[in-house]
Amino acid sequence: MQRWRQARWYEPLIFEYPSLPQSHVPIPYREEFQQLERNFVEQLKSAGIYRENVPIPNLSELVVVRHFTRLSQQSYGVDVGPMPLGSCTMKYNPKICNEILESLEIEDLHPEDLEDYVQGLLEILYLLEKWLAEITGMDRCSFQVPAGAAGELAGALIIRAYHADRGEHRDEMLIPDSAHGSNPASAAMAGFKVIKIPTSSDGTVDIDALRAALSKRTAGLMLTNPNTLGIFEDRIEEIAELIHEVGGLLYYDGANLNGILGIARPGDMGFDIVHINLHKTFGAPHGGGGPGGAAICVKHHLIDYLPRPLLIFDGKRYYWDFKCDKCIGVIRAYYGNIPALIRSFVYIAMLGPKGLREVGEISVLNTNYFISKFTRNQNEIVLTHDISRPRKHEVVLSAYRVKALKGVNAEDIAKRMLDYGAHAPMIYFPLIVDEALMVEFTETEPYFEIDRYVDILLRILKESEAEASKLKEAPSNTSIRRLDMVRANHPKKLILSYRGFKKEYEELLRELRMRCEESR
Amino acid sequence: MHRVRVMPHNWIHNSDPRIREKLMHQIGIESIEELFSDIPEKFRLKRDLAVGYGRYLSEYEMYRIAMEFRSKISKPRIPPFAGVEVCYHYVPAIVKEIIRRSEFYTAYTPYQPEINQGILQALFEYQSLMAELYGVDVVNASMYDGSTALAEAIRMALRVTKRKHIVIASSVSPIKRKVITTWLRGLDVRISYIGWNEHGEIDVDRLKDFLSDETAALVVETPNVFGVVERRLEEIAQIVHSKRALLIAFSNPLSLGVIKPPGECGADIVVGEGQPLGLGLYYGGTTLGILGTRRDPELIRQLPGKLVGITLSIQNCELGYALVLQTREQHIRRERATSNITTNSALMAIAVAVYLSWIGGDGLKKLSLSIGARTRYLIERLSSVKGLHAPLFDKAVYFMKVPARFEALDCETVIKRMRERGILCCSHLGRYDGELWNIGLFCVTEVHSRRDIDLLVKELSEVMS
Repeated sequence: MQRWRQARWYEPLIFEYPSLPQSHVPIPYREEFQQLERNFVEQLKSAGIYRENVPIPNLSELVVVRHFTRLSQQSYGVDVGPMPLGSCTMKYNPKICNEILESLEIEDLHPEDLEDYVQGLLEILYLLEKWLAEITGMDRCSFQVPAGAAGELAGALIIRAYHADRGEHRDEMLIPDSAHGSNPASAAMAGFKVIKIPTSSDGTVDIDALRAALSKRTAGLMLTNPNTLGIFEDRIEEIAELIHEVGGLLYYDGANLNGILGIARPGDMGFDIVHINLHKTFGAPHGGGGPGGAAICVKHHLIDYLPRPLLIFDGKRYYWDFKCDKCIGVIRAYYGNIPALIRSFVYIAMLGPKGLREVGEISVLNTNYFISKFTRNQNEIVLTHDISRPRKHEVVLSAYRVKALKGVNAEDIAKRMLDYGAHAPMIYFPLIVDEALMVEFTETEPYFEIDRYVDILLRILKESEAEASKLKEAPSNTSIRRLDMVRANHPKKLILSYRGFKKEYEELLRELRMRCEESR
Repeated sequence: MHRVRVMPHNWIHNSDPRIREKLMHQIGIESIEELFSDIPEKFRLKRDLAVGYGRYLSEYEMYRIAMEFRSKISKPRIPPFAGVEVCYHYVPAIVKEIIRRSEFYTAYTPYQPEINQGILQALFEYQSLMAELYGVDVVNASMYDGSTALAEAIRMALRVTKRKHIVIASSVSPIKRKVITTWLRGLDVRISYIGWNEHGEIDVDRLKDFLSDETAALVVETPNVFGVVERRLEEIAQIVHSKRALLIAFSNPLSLGVIKPPGECGADIVVGEGQPLGLGLYYGGTTLGILGTRRDPELIRQLPGKLVGITLSIQNCELGYALVLQTREQHIRRERATSNITTNSALMAIAVAVYLSWIGGDGLKKLSLSIGARTRYLIERLSSVKGLHAPLFDKAVYFMKVPARFEALDCETVIKRMRERGILCCSHLGRYDGELWNIGLFCVTEVHSRRDIDLLVKELSEVMS
């Protein structure tokens, strides 16, 4: 079995480096205006708002480069190893996407530049919109939403506006209990009351419960399909009918689009609004927590409500149309996360229709390969709900049995996985599964990495018999060992910045010194 | 059954036909279709999607196509002078270098802290650097952009005070005001607007009349949309606090190199747009929402977004970083979360941490001074252009932006004609707010040389005459 040890630097905070008294970074054209600096200072001083100094260290460039390079060595991304986090779709980010983005030379392109001079960029966005609408079976899209959650908020606001337009007061949003937390959070932000729909024992939405929850107050239903258990909601046609019958709208959380890419389309299934996560399905990088990229797509009857501006092509030129009669407004300044949009454009352009289909098929094949290999070789971590229902691109397993038998839980397993240089799956989500481990390999994972992942899990299960402490005390091969999260969140010991919590930080360092002395 | 033909691809290792066979054999299926048998037949695509260029593209072919798009992008011959929310600032090489490290950009949100100490420490440093800059104790690990961060700041104030009235200065940019309106839909809240006086600043003497016991917060931008610095922010804070309301202040981070930060003037919640700190323009697509507050448990509890804290390892003696106070967030609190925000702008936050570490506190001060100086030069030169009333307010203190009324010729026409001469001369505020018709906004930064400014003025004079 491959051995792994993560880099470890006892890297001080940037504030703890010995600061130079001055910065020696040359400011462009400074000498040309130096005289006027004095006037400016006087203006500020006489108004009593002059700032003497900014308490940030001054360091030479090499010091800063080394600091952040060392930090990067203590991080883990898809380029380092597999990250089969369910619903995150941590697929390979093709390097050509970065290159093409840079080759367009738009680092200094201003969003307020006149459309006639940026037709090339607008054409890319126009094509991307067309392609995403085609992929999802929708009619028009807006890229203004910076991430999936913002897409959900926009979708909820569109649903609200639609009903208000019809003079209808609908304040209830139906959301399955298996949904991503951002769904109810977004619905609540838009002023809706969230009605939770339970998942039935077979792993799909409980249609009877859904039927019972419908009323004249139903604004809509937010669904993920395949759902967060990785199961396709096969009664989607029936569900769509139920919602539409009472006058509600159907919203698609696109986080799991990878599992049906090129194979089926939410628009065909009856969804009225769809959001797409570009940093999931279309290979844009996750960035350690963003920025992502998103799109919100709607059917014809909802185009009026999309945030403005919309991109128009009149046969001759591309331009932004800001006219807003019924639109929900503006979700963010300017047009969207352009780098993610361009990367997605390149991704789709280079793959074409056959490539996208390949993505859908192999993502599902990979996860099923994993399920088959893993479940056939042990029975301590198991499928839940109806195990005969096929899973698509992701699967949720439960460690409840191994917890009951050996006292090791999902967290212990996850932490021990890190010791083998494999990123843990998503744990404790969805909430409807006990000791959940949510696994999604994506299509880019080579089969031998999946084999290794299975081997690691089997080895950990073996360790849990005679060497359970290895799990309980894991991880030990990562940069740092398991952290005290109780202490981290303790109101009296909280440290959220170097500036604001100096006392608490000194106390922590004191405790650290004491412990280190004790352990000698 | 219709079988859509697929082809192996270099990004998809297991798409090789032999590997496909092997995996299918392990699973025990004859065809991939069996894995999709639970999708109703009528929903299964039987055709190729009409996307892309009909086939796989090699990298080089993609590059040639990209160059055709590139040829239809024509940039101005000197850096742009436009910018309501973002202006052009230089992106240092070190920033690009660090955020291109794939351990950073291909990483996920660091929910497993032990394997991601690097990202977590970088984000903690971002939080700390911002806290110093804005004069507050707590800054979260990023929002999408300044406009949405401001909207979330208002929602936060409504939750904390449990009041339903917000006063917003009309001198907050019209783009941000539109975003705020959108994000407050669905809430039972009343918004009032307070205008500006003859100096372009908030009329402090009239402020009291706008506030009541139902007011949750006053929202100000300083420097405001006109580039005017609110000189009486401390007074404003006092008046707001006398009504037990909160002061939310939005500030450009570069202005804080030489201007007293809002946190030290009494602002309860501070907001900003991080783009000026090394993120580039990318047509408005590379932004970072800065959101911070003072060290008050009530405020911290209602702060949206991620927070990185410091703790110790359980066993041996090590210090480590981790995401804390997650019970505020959507993945735990769901409909009762402080916000729905999940993916934020972490990589941009790391970029900003690199930028600030590189330029240093003293460097930032010099940069801000130089921009302030340039602003004065721009005002001097613009005031000599006939047909242009610049600056709009005589006695104001301006930073980075100069507002001007277009009198001889309308703003839109001037922008068009100047652009034909290769210069993006200014923003037209009237595009975003009808009340500001023919008010143009000139933005000057460290990228503009004396020659650039002189050329702008020369061409402008010609166009206006």
